[in-house]
Amino acid sequence: MSLLPPLAKLRPGGRHGVATTETRDPIGYLVAGLSKLAQADVLDRLGLRKQAEQAVFTVTRSGFSTVTAASRTFMRSGTKDAAGVRAPAVRRSGQFDLTPSEDEQMLVDVVTEFATEVVRPAAHDADAACAAPQEVLEAGLEIGLPILGLPEDLGGVSEERSAMAGTLVAEALGRGDMGLAVATLAPGSVATAIGLWGTEQQQQTYLPAFTGGDVPAAALALTEPHVLFDALSPRTTATRTADGFVLDGVKSLVPRGAEAELFVVGAELDGQPALFLVESSTPGLSVEADPAMGVRAASLTTLRLDGVTVPATALLGATDGSTYAECVRLARLAWCALAVGTAQAVLDYVTPYVKEREAFGEPIAHRQSVAFMVANIAIELQAMRLLTWKAAARAAAGKNFAREVALAREACAHKGMQIGLDGVQLLGGHGFVKEHPVERWYRDLRAIGLMEGAVLV
Amino acid sequence: MAIELDDPRKFRTLAGQAHQVAMNMLRPISRKYDRAEHEYPKELDMLAAMIDGLSESGAGEGAGAAGVRRDEKADDGGNKNGANLASVMSIQEMCWGDVGLLLSMPRQGLGNSAIASVADEEQLKRFEGVWAGMAITEPGTGSDSANIRTTAVLDGDEYVLNGEKIYVTSGDRADHVVVWATLDRDLGRAAIKSFVVPKGTPGMRVDRLEHKLGIRASDTATIIFEDCRVPKENLLGSADVDPKQGFAGAMATFDNTRPLVAAMAIGCATAALDLTRELLADAGVEVDYDRPALAQSAAAAKFLQLESDLEGARLLMLQAAWMADNRKPNSLEASMSKAKAGRVGSDVTLSCVELCGSVGYSESELLEKWARDSKILDIFEGTQQIQQLIVARRVLGLSSAELK
Repeated sequence: MSLLPPLAKLRPGGRHGVATTETRDPIGYLVAGLSKLAQADVLDRLGLRKQAEQAVFTVTRSGFSTVTAASRTFMRSGTKDAAGVRAPAVRRSGQFDLTPSEDEQMLVDVVTEFATEVVRPAAHDADAACAAPQEVLEAGLEIGLPILGLPEDLGGVSEERSAMAGTLVAEALGRGDMGLAVATLAPGSVATAIGLWGTEQQQQTYLPAFTGGDVPAAALALTEPHVLFDALSPRTTATRTADGFVLDGVKSLVPRGAEAELFVVGAELDGQPALFLVESSTPGLSVEADPAMGVRAASLTTLRLDGVTVPATALLGATDGSTYAECVRLARLAWCALAVGTAQAVLDYVTPYVKEREAFGEPIAHRQSVAFMVANIAIELQAMRLLTWKAAARAAAGKNFAREVALAREACAHKGMQIGLDGVQLLGGHGFVKEHPVERWYRDLRAIGLMEGAVLV
Repeated sequence: MAIELDDPRKFRTLAGQAHQVAMNMLRPISRKYDRAEHEYPKELDMLAAMIDGLSESGAGEGAGAAGVRRDEKADDGGNKNGANLASVMSIQEMCWGDVGLLLSMPRQGLGNSAIASVADEEQLKRFEGVWAGMAITEPGTGSDSANIRTTAVLDGDEYVLNGEKIYVTSGDRADHVVVWATLDRDLGRAAIKSFVVPKGTPGMRVDRLEHKLGIRASDTATIIFEDCRVPKENLLGSADVDPKQGFAGAMATFDNTRPLVAAMAIGCATAALDLTRELLADAGVEVDYDRPALAQSAAAAKFLQLESDLEGARLLMLQAAWMADNRKPNSLEASMSKAKAGRVGSDVTLSCVELCGSVGYSESELLEKWARDSKILDIFEGTQQIQQLIVARRVLGLSSAELK
């Protein structure tokens, strides 16, 4: 045990969620002392306390960070400054229409089956383990999740800009489980970003890995651990050097950061936010497990960049902030879709529950206070969905969707959270225990509105 | 086919025209008739003539109160943007001008929507061009419309109506009233039918006009029926009392009118939000859609929440109308749209008054008026609570006996 300056150690604030303004009175010092004793290893060595089981993940949490995964060699290919292949924008009919195209519907059907048969049954354990099972990740690759956002010319499946299809897929996956949805969508999000903004060289260097058989984990790292974090003003910096950039900063809530082989990192360059492709074996990168309230199956991590040197070709897209802003919006769109899917899962779950659960001699669904809660879930959920779809359709058509995605995000963050809250409330005590999934959805839905990046459509 | 939720291109001209009419004809007289309650807004006659002209030329695509009829044309399977969408869009714009005045628009009464929804072809022809109010509520019966006491007794070729109806919008000014009455109180909902009663029919009289919180430009009447005789051909729809069909016939009107009322709430709230956006900008507050709401001012964050709620309500309204245009059953979605629009309409207009402080509260601006006008839209054509009941029953698959 290291010896800290005694006075600093006696102050209660600044750790354990205690504000620095708190002071201890005599009883407080006594309790603090007891608490220290209770935490001491000696109790365990003497067999005085039952060993608590600890997941591997939380062990890493308590101390050390590790270097990032070794990345494969991405073979440089293609012309450095040539524009990459771009999917054309969706042509618009000018008609109000809520019917998905045949292709989109097929996609939704396949993903819905995957979400129902594979994702949902794995969700509980994956949440506890803070990791997605290999079978789920592999099945996700098998149905082509990483290449959904890529045009045919780049080895993908879409003929047009696929923001709408991506939104429908994220919604369907979110209905299975938000954490596993993020884990399975994260690599494809990086591929989609390279498809959208990459140069010919960036596309030919990185995309073959995503369209081939051995798809790497990859992550879009935009969030930072700052209160009132504004994604458009990242504190991570990119400094120009003679032949590239040096990146410094910290990114939080990065999905599957420990195994990722490629990162897209947001950083400020010359006063504007920009995106950079960073291979995981680049020196100066370290990663630390950072499990959160929810979305745990996505193995969230903190990524540190300490003097990370990247070549000039690492810059992804424009330096005027436009690429970065579009990336932020498309990521928010993906989170909205996940919220819609998760909120739908809540509605699907509480509907039969309140009809079966009896109190005072009849199903609780027969009471207006219960039934109206369900009605409001249905109403707000559909509003969330329509707001999200509107933003997605505009994005796919190449129209400005800044306003639309902001309105969708506002609804998905607040109404989505309310739905999570009501989901637990409707089950009462049963909602609070892990026997039912509603407490997980409650934790997951809190991510909406604060998560930036990680997934993108 | 592709998902797209922007306003349909083919109705943008129509909505644009309605916006111009609202701005240049309704707004200038908006405060005048709010103050002069019960005075007939004579300016509307010219406007109504213009709207008739528009619909005859086909430019309006059949939009308006009667635009809710679901014709039985063969379905070619394609996506349709038709009269229902045109109606909600144009009504929203007119109510951006003034809800009370829209409700006073000749030949655009809720009774017209009822006729359009359930009349047969012969009746449709006979009642063409009438202005019909809607008489459902009674002193002892509000939301519980299955419990109405006004009776209709067949006597020869005529029905004899007896009862008292309250809260009849345009009950004084309209030239016809669609009245809900029961053929036999013992037979419950199935016996409730609607009757078209021309003004001036002996036995029918307007008893009084209400003084109201809002929509003061619109007259709200109490009408008494005492041995009022109407031809039996004025019964809308089928005269059979079919317990299986139950209330469905009469209630079908609501599937069509609820999105229209949602449109009124959205139009009114949009007016408040549009003005508030500008007043806030004058005060140095501009909403940034990309920055987190919590990193902006409290006023900007509040505005963002209001705008999001309003846009959500609007999309639910467009969905309900689109489903009607495509002949999909939309009872659930119609109630969802009215529930959301009703409560959002109140929240937006009241919050805009708060955001604008004494400027919002004073009669020098219209914000306080919109905050009064909006309240009725969460009440008539089915209150918030009735909409939630309908949504809950549909979502949970419960009958009205199970979920009371």
